[in-house]
Amino acid sequence: MKTKLPWLIPLAFLVWFLGSARMPADKEFSLNRFGGLPVVFNGRHQPLDSIARNALLALRGKQTVNLEPWKGTFERPRIVSATEWLLTVMATPEVTDQWPAFRVDHPELISLLGLPDKDREKKSDGKHYAWSQVASDRNFQLMQTNSAVAEEKKAELRTPFDQALLRLNSAMTLYFRLKNTLQPQDAKDWAAELATLDQLIPPGIAAARASEAGRPYDTNALEALLRPVGRMQVMSRLEPPLVIPPQDPARQPESWTRTGEALMGHIRGEPLPAAVSDYAAMVSAFRQGRGADFNQAVGRYHDRLQGALPREILKTSREQFFNHLAPFYKAMVIYVAAFLLAVYYWFNFADWARRSAFGLIGLGFLIHTVGLLFRMWLEGRPPVTNLYSSAIFIGWGSVVLGMLLERFWRNSIGLVVASAIGFITLVIAHNLSLKEDTLQMMEAVLDTNFWLATHVVIVTLGYASTFVAGFLAIVYIVRGFFTKSLDVNTGRALARMVYGIVCFATLFSFVGTVLGGIWADQSWGRFWGWDPKENGALIIVLWNALILHARWGALVKDRGLMCLAIAGNIVTAWSWFGVNMLGIGLHSYGWMSGAFKWLALFVISQLILIAIGFLPATTWRSTVPKADAR
Amino acid sequence: MLKPIIKLLTSLRLTVTLLALGVAVVFFGTLAQTSDGLYVAQSRYFRSWFSTWSPHTVPWIVLPLPGGYLLGTLLLVNLISAHLQRFRFAWKKSGIFLTHLGIILLLLGQLFTDMFARESRMSFAEGEGRNYTEDFQKTELAVLTDASDRTYDSVVTIPESLLSARAETTHPSLPFTIRVREYHENALVRARAPFVDTNRPPASTEGVGTRAVVEGRPPTREMDKRSMPALVAELIGSKGSLGTWLFSMVLDPQEVVVEGKLFRISLRDMRYYQPFSVRLLKTTHETYLGTTRAKNYQSRIRLEHPGGTGDREVDIYMNNPLRYSGLTFFQSQMGNELRDGSGRGTSVFQVVKNPSWIAPYVGCGLVAAGLVVQFMIHLVGFIRKKA
Repeated sequence: MKTKLPWLIPLAFLVWFLGSARMPADKEFSLNRFGGLPVVFNGRHQPLDSIARNALLALRGKQTVNLEPWKGTFERPRIVSATEWLLTVMATPEVTDQWPAFRVDHPELISLLGLPDKDREKKSDGKHYAWSQVASDRNFQLMQTNSAVAEEKKAELRTPFDQALLRLNSAMTLYFRLKNTLQPQDAKDWAAELATLDQLIPPGIAAARASEAGRPYDTNALEALLRPVGRMQVMSRLEPPLVIPPQDPARQPESWTRTGEALMGHIRGEPLPAAVSDYAAMVSAFRQGRGADFNQAVGRYHDRLQGALPREILKTSREQFFNHLAPFYKAMVIYVAAFLLAVYYWFNFADWARRSAFGLIGLGFLIHTVGLLFRMWLEGRPPVTNLYSSAIFIGWGSVVLGMLLERFWRNSIGLVVASAIGFITLVIAHNLSLKEDTLQMMEAVLDTNFWLATHVVIVTLGYASTFVAGFLAIVYIVRGFFTKSLDVNTGRALARMVYGIVCFATLFSFVGTVLGGIWADQSWGRFWGWDPKENGALIIVLWNALILHARWGALVKDRGLMCLAIAGNIVTAWSWFGVNMLGIGLHSYGWMSGAFKWLALFVISQLILIAIGFLPATTWRSTVPKADAR
Repeated sequence: MLKPIIKLLTSLRLTVTLLALGVAVVFFGTLAQTSDGLYVAQSRYFRSWFSTWSPHTVPWIVLPLPGGYLLGTLLLVNLISAHLQRFRFAWKKSGIFLTHLGIILLLLGQLFTDMFARESRMSFAEGEGRNYTEDFQKTELAVLTDASDRTYDSVVTIPESLLSARAETTHPSLPFTIRVREYHENALVRARAPFVDTNRPPASTEGVGTRAVVEGRPPTREMDKRSMPALVAELIGSKGSLGTWLFSMVLDPQEVVVEGKLFRISLRDMRYYQPFSVRLLKTTHETYLGTTRAKNYQSRIRLEHPGGTGDREVDIYMNNPLRYSGLTFFQSQMGNELRDGSGRGTSVFQVVKNPSWIAPYVGCGLVAAGLVVQFMIHLVGFIRKKA
């Protein structure tokens, strides 16, 4: 049995992965098709499904809505998918206004808005609230005035309360936009209203012309038209997603518009885009629970787009599939399992555990790579384009290095490091994905695939290898100090691994940093500008050079080397995240305050490990430090 | 006596110490940017021999630090002397030699860049031409000697260093001497209020300064703003003082008639004149669909020469600068004369002159090659031993 486990365990995970790759079947309404429809938002083409998921991440930090959050997990609360939520928001907002889709955590904000505490009777979990609660007449006013005050402050001076307030405020704005995307939010039967609009336009326009010319006119006709016009102006002023595709895609592929704008154009005499009526048919059918009609309307619109915009349809349906597949999440789960198996090996040297871990990491790496390539293909860009993708790529590079180390040493150390860094970086990536659309378009300054592919990729590999060296050192200290499992030979092997990886790290971080300088020289005319992110990268280079020189000069032995390598973790974390927290410079594309706490905790934990590294040899459980002293 | 010094200078211990200090200086120099701004922090920590750092909320904590120049020099000395003293060439060490050669080139290149590179800007609206670039960090007092001639400008300029030293300036083409009375590196110039400023005399006896007062301010530290210098100068003609005038960047040029000739005097950004001019033809500012996020900034310009020969049109956009006549023009900012976007498009180029621009390219190549060679030697040896 144990000889088969190294095959069976990875196989079981593979089956799980492949099984979850299929899209769930639709029931009454063809939600999958609806979610795959292309629209433009945030400056890029994307499926409605992505808008739904990103909106929910902004509202409540998850990609689904729990309609009964006061229930425990085992009481099977009703969970609604992102696309179903979005369709309901767009078609029957009065229903979703009652859904607890807004997460509010800050106690002061909860009391400011008079929101109920956790109370099963009142169906409240003390965290999730409905639009009808956060945006009641009283609260709406409160939010407006308080947000305006918080908005005035500089980003780094905002208190946690201010941040919570602004986050809720922007979530509310987003929700308001989505309600007004396909129809005015107060529409009762939008398809029917749209049909009557055509009858209002000619007399209304005639009345308006007459009124301008100072002739007598039909007041009722004018008013009948002005009412819908007012609603449409509100719709387009909110800047909801651009859902109406170009009328002439061959000549003007970029002329997407909003429903409100298309309607205003129609009133001025332009033909009404078919998409407006198609979407109207969808929302009305959904409102009235007519599944067959809804599916027919979606199918009709989908087929029309297939003819006019085949490339966009293909791209958005793939993005929808990518969203569903969630490869990084699944790789993360697999890395955890692999980590446990690899650590288990150290306790009893059961080779099946090590080989199973190797197989699992291989599988996780495969899925990780699929995700990475899928993303690159969706964006048409090199792997690293923002902080989020840098986390994904650091994890990827670390797993490669860890597996290589394992090929040489076969002592599970490479596996532990690979799975640990793979897991941690994917968790970081997940948390970064809560803040913004991870496939966002690039600012003009950064819009060059050549430098993104060279400088950014190499410097990120430099980060990855510095982390690998640091984590190897952690293995040395933790195993050596707390357990007897670290023998002298393994200790020596670890020192050689750290040294080898630091060599790699020096190479990558140096070349990556200087390539950044050359990019800067090409783009701004200065090779080096002492910008914080440049300085961060320079510190990594200096630190790695320091480790190498200290080793060559025999200023440190194995233990000292390990302490320096762990300090490398601090240096790299600072360069990766810390400098962004300063909020200055060209590279400050990701201001973040919530992350500061985590960075501080990480730094403290590393300092503690270094301190342990300095403790006298007699306090260590293993004999490694004594051998090192000789 | 000499031996221990040589031993110290060539030691790896010194290398490691210098690298550690380098990490500290770069770290604190970066932190300081949040309070001091990029420019000030850069000259305090990196372009200096010594510096100190204090957290800006707790000023009594003072951390002494070596400056960038000191560290760079010591690293160079350490590296070169170690090679002279200790290293013997061997193929096994060829990578290290290459790497260190590259580092020397990088350090020297950065020093030369610091000494000889010059950054300035060229800003204009569509249709306008410029035959000079402006240095936004420096100021000069410019005297247009024949303001009535509209076809050609003949200018006498006095650089900031002479102004701040309150020097006296004479020039053969000026029938008067300029004596600086007051100089402020940064100043607020405002109208003299009728009841508030009763016991404060006007800034000058002539020109617009008779209705204004000047208040000195500490130099600005914000990154996107510059200090606004102001000065009061006395003009002295052949028959004695002509009075004092106030000059500031926020004021229009002051007109002075001396011996029947019109002079126009102004304080302005320092200009570097070029033998050619650049005319801005068209600006393009694209954003991503339905957003204000910038997708592309692009300026179409024409290079113009006095004779009209060799004129050509060029597009300058992000990541695609123009290199011409030892200068490099980079697209820096773009805007519009009117806020609502109805006026002519405007464009600002960053203009850099850096004669040692090639050094980092070569240095980087050497270091990268050296590291690859050295690590390959290690790796091959290691794999052989394992196998």
